[in-house]
Amino acid sequence: MGFFLETLIGGLMAGMLYSLIALGFVLIFKASGVFNFAQGAMVLFAALAMARFSEWIPQALGFDNKVLGNVLAFAAALLLMVVVAWIIERFVLRKLVNQEAITLLMVTLGIAYFLDGFGQTLFGSDIYKIDIGLPKEPMFLFESVFPGGMLVSKEDLYAAAIAAALVISLSLFFQYTSTGRALRAVADDHQAAQSIGISLSRIWVIVWSVAGFVALVAGMIWGSKLGVQFSLSLVALKALPVVILGGLTSVPGAIIGGLIIGVGEKLSEVYIGPMLGGGIEIWFGYVLVLFVLLVRPQGLFGEKIIDRV
Amino acid sequence: MRRAGSAGPLHEPPWGAATSGSVGAQFLMIYRENGQFKTSYSSDQQVFAIAQDRWGILLLLVFAVVGVPLLADEYMFRAILIPFLILSLAALGLNILVGYCGQVSLGTGAFMAVGAYAAYNFMVRIDGMPLLAAILLGGLCATVVGVLFGIPSLRIKGLYLAVATLAAQFFVDWAFLRISWFTNNSTSGSVSVWGLEVLGFSIATPQAKYLFCLAILVVFAILAKNLVRSHIGREWMAIRDMDVAAAVVGIRPVYAKLTAFAVSSFIVGVAGALWGFVHLGSWEPAAFSIDRSFQLLFMIIIGGLGSIMGSFFGAAFIVILPIFLNQALPALGGLVGIDISTAMVAHTELMIFGGLIVFFLIVEPHGLAKLWSMGKEKMRLWPFPH
Repeated sequence: MGFFLETLIGGLMAGMLYSLIALGFVLIFKASGVFNFAQGAMVLFAALAMARFSEWIPQALGFDNKVLGNVLAFAAALLLMVVVAWIIERFVLRKLVNQEAITLLMVTLGIAYFLDGFGQTLFGSDIYKIDIGLPKEPMFLFESVFPGGMLVSKEDLYAAAIAAALVISLSLFFQYTSTGRALRAVADDHQAAQSIGISLSRIWVIVWSVAGFVALVAGMIWGSKLGVQFSLSLVALKALPVVILGGLTSVPGAIIGGLIIGVGEKLSEVYIGPMLGGGIEIWFGYVLVLFVLLVRPQGLFGEKIIDRV
Repeated sequence: MRRAGSAGPLHEPPWGAATSGSVGAQFLMIYRENGQFKTSYSSDQQVFAIAQDRWGILLLLVFAVVGVPLLADEYMFRAILIPFLILSLAALGLNILVGYCGQVSLGTGAFMAVGAYAAYNFMVRIDGMPLLAAILLGGLCATVVGVLFGIPSLRIKGLYLAVATLAAQFFVDWAFLRISWFTNNSTSGSVSVWGLEVLGFSIATPQAKYLFCLAILVVFAILAKNLVRSHIGREWMAIRDMDVAAAVVGIRPVYAKLTAFAVSSFIVGVAGALWGFVHLGSWEPAAFSIDRSFQLLFMIIIGGLGSIMGSFFGAAFIVILPIFLNQALPALGGLVGIDISTAMVAHTELMIFGGLIVFFLIVEPHGLAKLWSMGKEKMRLWPFPH
């Protein structure tokens, strides 16, 4: 029972981390209708930027305070992501208004390859560390109830808390600020939003910057867990089922989808995995999503697809 | 057709008004259908309606069969020509599914893997199995798997379907890694074939492999072109354009979508078997990973969705580009005096590859096939502007 609860909690927290990445997908799809395959590359790029800036900035400015160094590195990386968002909007998205979805998908794939190469050119391709002070030792809960206690990773707990805070602040941003309302208006109908004076290009820059911010936070957390290396961009492939399960246009869907996929993956790996030879984590999320989609083709919380003939 | 002399001052032909008259213009308009009258329905409906097109294709085929084996060296065969042939076959299959039927599939690598491993199992487990039969049977197994993973397309559309097909990709990746029956219980996890022969002829040399792949490609291209021009092809295109309206008009979506998946997976499975047997010789599941699926999708997008010819153009572009970059970048670096490390070359290749994809999609979202047909249209009028 203790082991089951451990696996469950581990799955929940892994799920929160997936939903962090899934948030970036959902944000961009909501506002610009583009499925951003480059989100994984953006996570890697942002994490690389933060890791290297946190080395270079203290060296360049000549101080030793780690916290200040991290804060400045975060700010610098965020600025970089905003610049990237602006460049993408200006030189890519603006030229591809009204193209088919598959063209936009392929363009983001091209951007992903470009960012991969560019990030490693700018920042190098070794494994880098991000140290934001997350505690690395696990803790043992409920030692009186279960022998030896339940193993809970403190790092994952902090990460889940950060993810939750991010989601809450994003939801508040969308609901209560005028920019958030403008974003929702653009997500609903581009032409109508334009006709009431919302500047599409400004909105797209904002959305891609927010997605870049989310990618930075996700990269920071995953980077401090795994170290910043090329395989970080492959984490996006694990977050794709989360996006689809929750529905492409739903922020709470990304969270709930993340939790479901996280728990499902861990439980299936532990309990069903040994029967099938192990390693089923890779495809379990996708097959689960496949079956859910057969019942609800738009994902759990997605907008119903209405076909007008 | 206006006589050259009657064109306005802005449209003066470059050779001057002195040679005006239809004789001079006739001599220069080489690509026109003037005088080619069709006297039967079948000749009107043929694939290459213009005689110049027919001659062009014939010459191209003759060059491909006779000229290329004489002129190309082994590196060209191994690195460029054979991958080009096999990948254009796979792109052809994928184009039928994505371009003609509109069902986005990101699991093509999985179907190639099924074709390859199934063909391998047929070869290894049945004594005296001919190579061609094994490859075709591998394609049939890929068809079964393709139809199975195509069933969700009856319910799911668009991007959701694309991610659902990734389930096929990852599941098949895992299956060929973990289920040792598929690899004939090989200890290393990879399988290999050798000593291939077709109808008694050994195809060990690069030329023989090239001709074998070319023959299969030509046969499948003819079959595919006729398939997409037939009623089933029209059903696919109707489903692609407006699937609800198509169902209202009487086209059965189940039949159309599943046959698209079936035909596409068959072709892709055959291509996968060729890839493993003829090109690689020995492979493991990573040869058919998600990168392969993305690569094929790039090929058909850049080549042109919904175009048989586009598959060839796209395959040529994607096969040649990395090799070209690989050679050109160190050379460029040497010119400028910068010594580029291999890691830097790899990163720059990624950047240029991604950048070119983006550039291409901005400039011509309908792909190289559209550029080709625009060029042909211009040629029909040349030297006149309109």
